[in-house]
Amino acid sequence: MLPSAVTEDLRRVVGREAVIDAANDLRIFERDGSIEGAVPDAVVLASTTQQVADVIKIAARNKIPIVPRGAGTGLSGGAVTIKGGIALQVTRMRRILEIDTVAQTALVEPGVVNKELSVVAAQHGLFYAPDPSSQNACTIGGNAAENSGGPHCLYYGVTTNHVLGMEVVLADGSVHWVNGDTPDRIGLDLCGVLVGSEGTLCAITKIKVKLLRIPPSVATLLAAFPSIETASQAVSAVIGNAIVPAALEMMDSVTVGAVEAHYHAGYPTDAGAVLLVEVDGIEESTRELMAAIGKILSSNQGYGLREAQTPGERELLWAGRKGAIGALGRIKPNYYLHDGVVPRSRLPQVLSAVGEIGEHYKLPVANVFHAGDGNLHPNILFDMRDKQVMPQVESAGEEMLRAVVELGGTLSGEHGIGLEKNAFMPWIYGPDDLDAMHRVKDALDPDAMLNPGKVFPDPTSERVVHLAGRTGLAVEAKWW
Amino acid sequence: MSTVSTSFQRLSDDDLATCVHCGLCLDACPTFRVTGLETESPRGRIYLMTQWKRGTLPFEEEQVKHIDLCLGCRTCEGVCPSGVPYGRIIEAGRADVEDRRNPSFKRFASRVALRQLIGHPKRLRLAGYATRIAQRYRLTSMVRSGRMLPPLKARYCAPDTNVAQAWGPRKYRVAFLVGCVMPILYPHAHYQAVKLLQLAGCEVWFPPDERCCGALFAHNGDLKGAERLRDHNIAVYNSEHFDALVVDSAGCGAHLKDFYPLLKGKVKDLTEWLAEVGLPEPDRKVDVKVTYQDACHLAHAQKIKKQPRDLVRKVAGANFVEMRHADICCGAAGLYSTLEPDMSNRILDQKMEDVLATGADIITVANPGCQMQLEAGLRARGSRMKVEHVAETLMRAYPPPQRGEASS
Repeated sequence: MLPSAVTEDLRRVVGREAVIDAANDLRIFERDGSIEGAVPDAVVLASTTQQVADVIKIAARNKIPIVPRGAGTGLSGGAVTIKGGIALQVTRMRRILEIDTVAQTALVEPGVVNKELSVVAAQHGLFYAPDPSSQNACTIGGNAAENSGGPHCLYYGVTTNHVLGMEVVLADGSVHWVNGDTPDRIGLDLCGVLVGSEGTLCAITKIKVKLLRIPPSVATLLAAFPSIETASQAVSAVIGNAIVPAALEMMDSVTVGAVEAHYHAGYPTDAGAVLLVEVDGIEESTRELMAAIGKILSSNQGYGLREAQTPGERELLWAGRKGAIGALGRIKPNYYLHDGVVPRSRLPQVLSAVGEIGEHYKLPVANVFHAGDGNLHPNILFDMRDKQVMPQVESAGEEMLRAVVELGGTLSGEHGIGLEKNAFMPWIYGPDDLDAMHRVKDALDPDAMLNPGKVFPDPTSERVVHLAGRTGLAVEAKWW
Repeated sequence: MSTVSTSFQRLSDDDLATCVHCGLCLDACPTFRVTGLETESPRGRIYLMTQWKRGTLPFEEEQVKHIDLCLGCRTCEGVCPSGVPYGRIIEAGRADVEDRRNPSFKRFASRVALRQLIGHPKRLRLAGYATRIAQRYRLTSMVRSGRMLPPLKARYCAPDTNVAQAWGPRKYRVAFLVGCVMPILYPHAHYQAVKLLQLAGCEVWFPPDERCCGALFAHNGDLKGAERLRDHNIAVYNSEHFDALVVDSAGCGAHLKDFYPLLKGKVKDLTEWLAEVGLPEPDRKVDVKVTYQDACHLAHAQKIKKQPRDLVRKVAGANFVEMRHADICCGAAGLYSTLEPDMSNRILDQKMEDVLATGADIITVANPGCQMQLEAGLRARGSRMKVEHVAETLMRAYPPPQRGEASS
C-alpha cells in the first residue's frame, strides 16, 4: 500500500478513477503473460506524456518503484512489479498521432496495439514490420521496451531496426527526445540503448517508427517433415542456399495438434514437424524463390507441400502459428517457455537436448519457433494447480537454457530477460560486461527506481541457480 | 475460506483453468478498449473468478462490478486460441454472484419487469400501445431508456391463418420466431424478413401462442425464468413439422441454439438460412452506400460473419463498405445499456467514430438491440445515416410485392 498522501498526489495528476489501489483489484494486475506474479501497490493510468512525467516525479520523490505496463502480454515478467510500487499503465495512450506517407514513418503513443498500426498503415499501402505473435493485443510501447521480434523479423529485423526515435521520461521525471525523424544516427546511439531496456532506463511516451511498403506479392508454403531433425536440416539447407525467406517457422507435432483443434488451418497432424515458409517481393521473384525452396524442402524429406492459394488461406495459416502458444492451453493450463537462440547449425542438437530434458522431468514439451533465426520456444506444459510440479518446471527450463548457452547460444531472442532469466545473465556475461551495463543504468537511474529486479542479476533474490558453474560461457565457448 | 470456495458451485475450475493468461483477448474486449484496465478485460475477469472459486481471494461486493461490466459479447471467445468457454464461464459466474451479492433495486426491478412483462405477449402488447401514446405526447424523452426507443408504429401481426405461402413453388416449410420485443420495436424488419423467406420458396408457419424465447432472462442470471419459457415453447414447436426455425434477431437465435437442445440443428438465423437456400437474382441494385455491424450474438455466439456480408454484397455490390472494428460490440448488449448506461455510452462513442468514418448511408444490423443503440448514437450526433435490419436492406433489391400479398 502506498501512503495515502502519495495516492492523493497521484489522483491529482491523473484523476480519481485512474488510480487503482483497492487491495483485491490490485491482485488482478499481478501477472503478465509469464507465470511469476507480484502485486503492485497501485496501478496508475496515464493519458499524456505530462502525466507520465508527473507520476514519475512523485514516485522519485517518495522512492517508489515504477514499472511501465502495456497490455501485459510479455513472456519474461517485464511488467511484473516484483519489488512492488506503481504499475504505470499506458493502455489509454493509444492514438496514432501521424502517418507520413512520404517519409514512410508513423508517430504513435505507446499504448497503440501493434496490429492496429499495420491495419491503419495499410490504407496507405504501408505496414509495420515487427509482428510478435501477440500482435493483436500487445502494444508498440511494450515492443520497444522489450525489443520484440516476430516471425517476419528473420528478413525485416526486430523492433530496434524499426524505431527511429522516441520520446522518453527518465527516472527524475524529465522528458526527452532521443533521435528523431531521420534514420542516420550521429554520435552515440542513445535510442539503441533505450530500445530493449525493458523499462529499466526510461518510460516510453512516444515512438517514431519506420513503415514499409506492402510487398506486391506474398507466397506462403506449408511443408510436413517426418521429424524435428529433418525439418531443422531443411531450414539449414534453405539458408545455406543463400535464400533468406521473410519468415521460416517450425512447429512440432504436439503444437500442431493443439493449433489444428482451434484454427482448422489444415496443418498435417500426423507429421513430426511442419515448416511454414513465406517469401515476399515482386511476383517474379516470389515465384522463383518459392520454386527453389520447394525443391530444397522436398530433397530434405519434406512432403505434403501446400502453398496458400488465397489471402484467406494465408491468414489462417498465420493465425494458427501466431495463436500457437495460447492454443497449448488445450493440452495443459500453463506453459513455461524460454526463447533461447542458437546458431542455426546447432538446431538439431539443441532440440534433441530439449527433448531429453523434457523426458527426464516427465514434462510434455511443445516446440514452436522461429527456425530461420535459430530462436527456440520450447513450451514446458504443466498444471499450476499441482504445487509439486513447479520446481520441476523451473529446473527443466533452466537446463534447457543451459543447453542453449553451452551450444554457443544466448538467453533470449525477443522476449527479454526480465524476471525469468536475469539470474542466468552471468552465464553469458563476465563481471566486466555486467559492470559496464550497470554503469549505464546508474547514469540514467541512480536510485534504481525504474523496473527494479529485472534484467540484471538480483543479489537479493532467493532464487537458486542450480547450474551456476562457470560464468561468461558464451565468451569462452570454443565451438567455433 | 472454505465457505468462499464452496459457494461458487456453478463455476467450473476446469473451465477456468483453460485460460493460460496469454492476453490475446485483451484488445478484442470492448470494455478493455475504453478503460485500458486489466480488471475490465476477459483475462482479468477470469482471473478474478478463478481466485473466488479457489478461495484465494475473498468475495467482495465492490469487485462484482467487473463482472457486471462484462457485455457478454463473447468477442474474446472467438480470438482465444486456448478455447476458453468464456460464455459458459460468465453465465455461471453471474449466477454464482447473484447468490452472494446484496440485493439492488435496479436489478430487482429489471427482473420483475422481465418476468411480468417480457414473458407475456398480451401485457407486452399493452405496454407497446402505452408507449406509443406516451411517445405521441413526448413523455418518453424524460427517461434515458425512453429516449433509446425508436418511434413505435403498429406492431407486427402474423397472418390470421398462421401461415404465409411461398411465392412460387414451395421448397421448404419454416417456422418463424415472432418473439417478444421485435414485433413492437421493429415490425417492418419482420415483414421484410417474411417476404424474403417467401421469395426463397419457403412456406412460413407462425407457431400460435409462442412466447419470448427466454434469452433476456438467461443473460441476466435468471435461468429458472428461461427454463419455464423453454418448456412452454417446446410444446408449441412440437405441434407441427418444419424444416427450420428461422430467427431474425441474433440474441434469440444464439439462445435457442444453446438452450433448446431439442431444436438442435433446426434453429437458423435469417441470414444463415437465406445463404443456405439461396435468394432469386436481385431485381435491382441497392444504390446507397451500405455498411454492416456484426451482432455479437451472431458473429461470436453463432460464428456467423460471412453469410450476412455475402448477402448484402450480392445486392449492394461495390456500394458495400466494410467498417473498421465491425465485430466489436456497440455497447447495447440486451439490458446492459439500461443497467450500465455509462460504460454503454463510452463504448458507443468509440463505435460511432468507426461508423461515421465509413461515410455510409445505411448501417445494417441483424439484431434489435444493436439497432436501437446505433440509432440512439446517430440521433445524438445529428447524423442522417439510417440503421436498418439486414432484411430491410436485402428487400431494397426486390420491388414491392406484386406477385402476392405481403404476408398471407
